[in-house]
Amino acid sequence: MKARTLLDRFMIQRLGISLISLVAFLTIVPIIAVFAYIIGKGAPAISWQFLTAMPESGMRAGGILPAIVGTFYLTIGTAIFSVPLGIAAAIYLAEYASENRLTRLIRIAIINLAGIPSVVYGLFGLGLFVLFLKFGTSILAASLTLSIMTLPVIISASEEALRAVPQAFRTVSISLGGTRWQTIRKIILPQALPGIITGVILGLERAAGETAPILFTGAAFFLPHLPNSPLDATMALPYHLFVISTQVPGMPIQIQYGTALVLIIFVLGMNLIATIIRSRARAKRQW
Amino acid sequence: MDKIVIEHLNLRYPNGTESLKDINLKIPANAISVLFGPAGGGKSSLLRCLNRLNDLTEVETLTGRIFLNGENILDPQTDVIDLRRRVGMVFARPVVLPISIRQNMTYSLELANEKRKSRLDEAVERGLKLAALWDEVKDRLDDPAIALSGGQQQRLCLARALANQPEVILLDEPTSGLDPISTGKVETALQELKKDYTVVLVPHSVQQAARTADHAFFFLQGELVEAAAGTELFTHPQKKQTEDYIQGRFG
Amino acid sequence: MKKSLSWSETIISAVIKTCGYSAIVFVLLIFIFLLREGVPTLAEVSLGNLFSTRWYPIESHFGILPLITGSIIVTLGAMLIAIPFGIGTAVFLSEIAPRWLREILKPLVELLGGLPSVVLGFLGILILSPFLRNIFNLPTGLTALAGALLLGGIAVPTIVSIAEDALDAVPQSYRDAALAIGATKWQTIWRVTLPAARSGVLTALMLGIGRTIGETMAVMMVTGNAPVMAVKLSSIISPVRTMTATIAAEMGEVANGSPYYHVLFFIGLVLFLISLIVNIIASSMVFQSKSRAERILS
Repeated sequence: MKARTLLDRFMIQRLGISLISLVAFLTIVPIIAVFAYIIGKGAPAISWQFLTAMPESGMRAGGILPAIVGTFYLTIGTAIFSVPLGIAAAIYLAEYASENRLTRLIRIAIINLAGIPSVVYGLFGLGLFVLFLKFGTSILAASLTLSIMTLPVIISASEEALRAVPQAFRTVSISLGGTRWQTIRKIILPQALPGIITGVILGLERAAGETAPILFTGAAFFLPHLPNSPLDATMALPYHLFVISTQVPGMPIQIQYGTALVLIIFVLGMNLIATIIRSRARAKRQW
Repeated sequence: MDKIVIEHLNLRYPNGTESLKDINLKIPANAISVLFGPAGGGKSSLLRCLNRLNDLTEVETLTGRIFLNGENILDPQTDVIDLRRRVGMVFARPVVLPISIRQNMTYSLELANEKRKSRLDEAVERGLKLAALWDEVKDRLDDPAIALSGGQQQRLCLARALANQPEVILLDEPTSGLDPISTGKVETALQELKKDYTVVLVPHSVQQAARTADHAFFFLQGELVEAAAGTELFTHPQKKQTEDYIQGRFG
Repeated sequence: MKKSLSWSETIISAVIKTCGYSAIVFVLLIFIFLLREGVPTLAEVSLGNLFSTRWYPIESHFGILPLITGSIIVTLGAMLIAIPFGIGTAVFLSEIAPRWLREILKPLVELLGGLPSVVLGFLGILILSPFLRNIFNLPTGLTALAGALLLGGIAVPTIVSIAEDALDAVPQSYRDAALAIGATKWQTIWRVTLPAARSGVLTALMLGIGRTIGETMAVMMVTGNAPVMAVKLSSIISPVRTMTATIAAEMGEVANGSPYYHVLFFIGLVLFLISLIVNIIASSMVFQSKSRAERILS
């Protein structure tokens, strides 16, 4: 009787582990397949010309330079607004704020900003930046919209990086006659910088890949030349991919895959840089 | 001459730990004053009052006066930055800043906006010599401070606190993690230091207290039980609690 | 010198403090703007119209119920897929897979999470929906099911990442104690480890749900964009329209200030409030878990 119960338990375990492994397998394999597929089908399209030439015949031939440049501009624009603000807000939360109701409210606000659907950001950007402030459909409006969306990511990552710096350093600095800001500037911020940079890059990586927030605020499809000023509209890789895969009849499949691949490389390239910065910083850390 | 005079100091933390009850004492200049007693007696809290490091923690009540050179440092108008330059502190665990040895030493001077290289180099050498560390590190001042051994790091912390030439040095169990040789080096350094500085030490053992004290103060659960000259207190304690603790009957 | 030090210190503190409050400012700003442009709907469109089952704006039918049901069915479908696969994979990575395998696979899963949703939508159009069309013999593969599968795939990396962290954080002593009293590894996972990681796993699920509700591009590209009431079982293999896709698809063609414009903002407001509620629930769970941990450790 006892032996049989033992057998049942281990049989259940064998079954269960097999099931879970199968589930994991079914999750992992499609992920690998996705990457393999895009790389496989997109790589043939990638050439120097593809990356540096302007599009021709209604986007059906030529290169995607304006989309690449546009995404680049939008990423920089987002960084300009969200990085200083985000880091400063993180410094406030990590170094200045006491744990009271107001601080809790700030944290709830950050979590909410992170959860707002991207298309609602697009609506907001349209209402405020494009129409109300009359920036028009522009890199400026799109960047501002994307930067509010990116803010929670930067704040969270930066706050975590700041908090990771040992409290003892602050105590020592204060005991040597330092003010709070001197302590932050000379010790805390430099030590937290790699973590902050990693968070910033990951946030910007997300902004670079988003379509909905730029749909009505800055993205355009048919532009004859590269944008000249922040008040111009721009092409962008995610939006370009969306349009050529859904709205342009006769679009060569190779260009679609090629565009998708370029977008992925752009985004994952940033991810790789962030990871490298993070691991190198960890190795060089003096605490 | 009394360097520090404490009058009716009362301190209470919100959770009730480590409080101080009506402390009155005088710390003489140019001597080693030792605050000793079992854990939880309030010694560390008292030290942290002397350089207003208590400002960093939530305190429920803090009343009384502490006079440094005749001025009440608990007064809200006090320039705490200046106070902390005049009253240096060494903590129980060595905390070197994640920078080079030289940068650790010049940190407090840089905070005060001192830029002259001559002054900085002078302070580095002087502080390290006082802490008996100069010979061991003079050839590698630009190495990361974290590369030093535990004992060396703690002496660096002492040197660092001395860089700005404070008037008072507070040491909170500075040798608690150190081997006997390093401990000996620190204690020897303190004997040298007291010629020019006022030293307030919380020892990590009664033996260390007896070895080093010029003046000794026994704390028990937030109260100052007994105070006397060093040799007197350890050989002829007046109060029974003092004697019991020194004999090791509790602690 | 002392005076200038304290002046700059004060200014810098003030700037930092202002930046700290900025998050609240932005949330309020967004809320106010959505209200400003969305509330006029209630004056311009009758409630009967707004909550009817017909969404045909060209003829002034602004019934948002089909859109809501579209969102619900796709989100539910996505959760039905993402929860088992997400938690299963998390359990696999944390409890069953050898260390070296976990070090390879976890970053891979997180890599998928970093993919722009438009890329997944793109693959959905080209590969997933023809596949579904053939398998189920449907007139079109652009259906709620395609959306659910895609969204599930988008939510899984989020769920796996956070749930795996939560499981990994469970002290080894818990598992050891269970094994010591004779439990099998399997029993340990389900009766000890997973319950111990409960709050982290729930957080992972809530964040996954949040991601799903808010997803726009992928759903827009594969769900077929037919605003019909998705309430029958067969709806899962028919085209639907979500709220997010509606806004994205139609905002470009709308006259500024028209009732159509206000209705779209109204839908945006609804989405904002839904995500607000989901996030408040999620954050209150996180806070509970923190204080429980503190209680246990003290």
